[in-house]
Amino acid sequence: MEVSQEFSAESIVVRFAGDSGDGVQLMGTQFVASTALSGRDFLTFPDYPAEIRAPVGTTFGVSAYQINLGARPITTAGDAPRVLVAFNPAALKVNLPLLEDGALVVLNSASFTAKNLSKAGYAEDPRGTGELDSYQLVDVDMTEMTLEAVKPFGLSKSDAGRCKNFWALGLVQWMFGRDVKVIEQWLEKKFAKNEQILGANRAALHAGHAYGETAELGAAMPHLATDPAKFDPGEYRGVRGSDALALGLAAAAELADLPLVFCSYPITPASPLLHQLARMGDLGVGIFQAEDEIAAACAAIGASYGGAIGVTSSSGPGIALKTEAIGLAMSAELPLVIVDSQRGGPSTGLPTKTEQSDLYLAVYGRNADAPLPVVSARSPSDCFHAAIEAVRIALRHMTPVFLMTDGYLANAAEPWRMPKLSEIEPIKANRAVPGKTRRDELFKRDPATLARPWVPPGTPELMHRIGGLEKDINTGNISYDAANHHAMTQLRARKVALVADFIPDQSVERGPSEGKIAIVGWGSTYGTIYQVVRKLERIEPSISHIHVRYLSPLPKNLRQLLKGFERVVIPEMNNGQFATVVRDKLGIEPIQINKVSGQPFQVRELVAFIKSILESDQGNNVVQMAQGERS
Amino acid sequence: MSAVLTAKDFTSEQEVRWCPGCGDYAILKAVTRALADVGATREKTVFVSGIGCASRFPYYIESYGFHTIHGRAPAVATGLKLANPELDVWVVTGDGDGLSIGGNHLLHALRRNVGLKILLFNNEVYGLTKGQYSPTSRQGTRSPSTPTGSFEAPVSPCEFALGAGARFIARAIDVDKPGLGGVLEAAHAHNGASFVEIYQNCIVYNENVFESFTGKEHAAERQLRVEHGRPLVFAEGKRGLAFNLEAFGLEVVDAEAEADRVLTHDETNPNLAGMLLALKEPEFPVALGVIYRDPATSFEQGFYAAHPTGMRRTASVDDAMRKTNTWWVE
Repeated sequence: MEVSQEFSAESIVVRFAGDSGDGVQLMGTQFVASTALSGRDFLTFPDYPAEIRAPVGTTFGVSAYQINLGARPITTAGDAPRVLVAFNPAALKVNLPLLEDGALVVLNSASFTAKNLSKAGYAEDPRGTGELDSYQLVDVDMTEMTLEAVKPFGLSKSDAGRCKNFWALGLVQWMFGRDVKVIEQWLEKKFAKNEQILGANRAALHAGHAYGETAELGAAMPHLATDPAKFDPGEYRGVRGSDALALGLAAAAELADLPLVFCSYPITPASPLLHQLARMGDLGVGIFQAEDEIAAACAAIGASYGGAIGVTSSSGPGIALKTEAIGLAMSAELPLVIVDSQRGGPSTGLPTKTEQSDLYLAVYGRNADAPLPVVSARSPSDCFHAAIEAVRIALRHMTPVFLMTDGYLANAAEPWRMPKLSEIEPIKANRAVPGKTRRDELFKRDPATLARPWVPPGTPELMHRIGGLEKDINTGNISYDAANHHAMTQLRARKVALVADFIPDQSVERGPSEGKIAIVGWGSTYGTIYQVVRKLERIEPSISHIHVRYLSPLPKNLRQLLKGFERVVIPEMNNGQFATVVRDKLGIEPIQINKVSGQPFQVRELVAFIKSILESDQGNNVVQMAQGERS
Repeated sequence: MSAVLTAKDFTSEQEVRWCPGCGDYAILKAVTRALADVGATREKTVFVSGIGCASRFPYYIESYGFHTIHGRAPAVATGLKLANPELDVWVVTGDGDGLSIGGNHLLHALRRNVGLKILLFNNEVYGLTKGQYSPTSRQGTRSPSTPTGSFEAPVSPCEFALGAGARFIARAIDVDKPGLGGVLEAAHAHNGASFVEIYQNCIVYNENVFESFTGKEHAAERQLRVEHGRPLVFAEGKRGLAFNLEAFGLEVVDAEAEADRVLTHDETNPNLAGMLLALKEPEFPVALGVIYRDPATSFEQGFYAAHPTGMRRTASVDDAMRKTNTWWVE
């Protein structure tokens, strides 16, 4: 079909897809580096298969990388790709349903063999059935072009073929009117010690770029353009959520002037945090890969007991295992941060997919009456600030704190205007003062926080015992006294409730502070809801976006604020967990929108559902999104 | 210079709540005496425990103490040693706490060689939960949960420790003052994890389970006190252990008639340790004392040596976050 020459929009979504071994993720990160330097805002999201190296050519082995780029504000990875680069039939099959109508589809024709088509589940070659007719198709033999370009470097055929991701990247760079300099520089650094690989990849990159220029297939290659973004002045970098979270934890340790001991057991999607922190030794960070999730939590508690900032991290199944230890930290009144990178569940569930379904676990999920503060991050760069908040609360109030993130935030990346630590308030720990704190004051509490002093072993003259048995409210000694246990239970509840005195009042993200409808979100749905409200305010000006960071205790004014709206709508990637918290703690009956598909909300689907709510005066209070959406 | 501390200085004011006649009383005395004898300080000494009768121990010692959760004391203590490797950390556990619910953590604390003195009070029964069989209970043990007798094979704590890679393994009897005292002092002096199994008499649920070798009338015949560089003899020097090549194992010989065949204890030999730890009554005596000792770099020494800055902060996050592609917007 005819290929249009120009496509211009506020933002463009590009998706690269292929086998795990096709180098799609690398291609994506290099495209992002060049996007950042071109002055566009962006948000990226990699979509990995659960298998490390799934059988070649199969649909379940397809790995993808999506980037939404353009003028500000880009707050999601985009609903429907405008551009798809598919390295094989399986990648086409899996990703075609996601595309925007009229999207540009770039295929590697060499991969459309009978064998690959059958592995992808195509009875017939889709290029001949008309099913691609509504897309702009660029069908190129990338393999042949790449082999030709890298011939002078004498690589084996399979090694040479592996350079095709850089060929495709060269072509995409050309489509966006960019040169390949930044990528070339990266190649030169990466392969400084391997002339052959460097030369071959560079040649492939240039050949792809030149292919766009000369367009031999008759149809001209399209140009894609977006406006540059307007950024606040400052120094920027691209940051993934897990990178920002690691930096945030290290920053908190620096702000508290304490070492940080991070104890974890590998689990998807929490492990990148462990890997990042493992390289931050010079920031006073130590990591401990424990024998299991329970040991990870217990070692973090031991580190906190010893006077460091103990942090443990996992995903749902691992957090479940840590539960008893978290109760111990609560009972012993030690600081501890528990990072929960939520994924699809229950049980093993969908390890590589995202969900917000551990909120019950964080807010309610322990034996006995054991409330804890819960803080959530809303975007990749926000993980930095959320981590600092979590540590601040843990140290000020001498309590474990949950820090909620998810698989989407951990892996998504965006530009980040980096702060200076001097702009952030230092963190003060509630430490006993040797020579000043008296032995009989070890369980005397700060009236504002009800926190007891932190007295690590090694402190002279303040020897004492702590543990998980109930303690006397005054002396800290074991107590089985009935009235004392009641009083201690109230004290622990009050202590967490008092955190609300230290957190900011809930503000409205966008829209009026009272009105017809409030879309209330938490965690990683922030970016989507932001875009949804931006779109809907054109048809319904009385719509607001409220984003709740502090999930336990809730901000003191939240109830009053929500009461100012006729309807409160809570979209969540779970079956209504925050809605339950809102009912429970605020006595407000929200309208739920629940999507539990392992995929983030799309702006368009959420817009459609909120529109239907706006149009109906009353109706179902629970809207299920995932019906019929089986991708 | 602080005054020399006595055993009494290490005794806390807490009322001790073990059953009258419990073997734990003798162990508590031996530990407080050992702490005084080795010149420990109260502020640098920490007792960490899990759950069970033995795990009440920290409350009774005048030092820092952390009574944690069931089976997890080695993990908590590992984190504590990471935060402050200077502390003198003791882990007190039992056969259920250490080898059942906490078996995994004990395994890893030993193979990592964390600088902990791990005292496992073995009484072959669950005491605090009222008498169920434990992972060290012998086959046939009748208990509320095994009314017709346990059919499970028991685990041998010290053999488990050796298999896990422990580099200090010792055994003692709760009421044996000099034997237990000597072992505790040696455990304290060892660099890395020291594992001490203490045969502890549970007067209520498993009384006299070790009587066959702890009873005064059998002691000489059934106890082998090992000492590095000394012959492996018992029964007042009348009998000794020799290596039987054909059986490929140890045998009891007349130590006077076959003096040249009697083996000399080499505490650095893991093969010999394995054989000594496996000796079973009634054919053999029970080996007591420091059976295996071969120090190596401890976990915390390794951790601090491998850490680029020894856990000190030598750089700022301000710089770390900028160590990547950055760009300015004017």
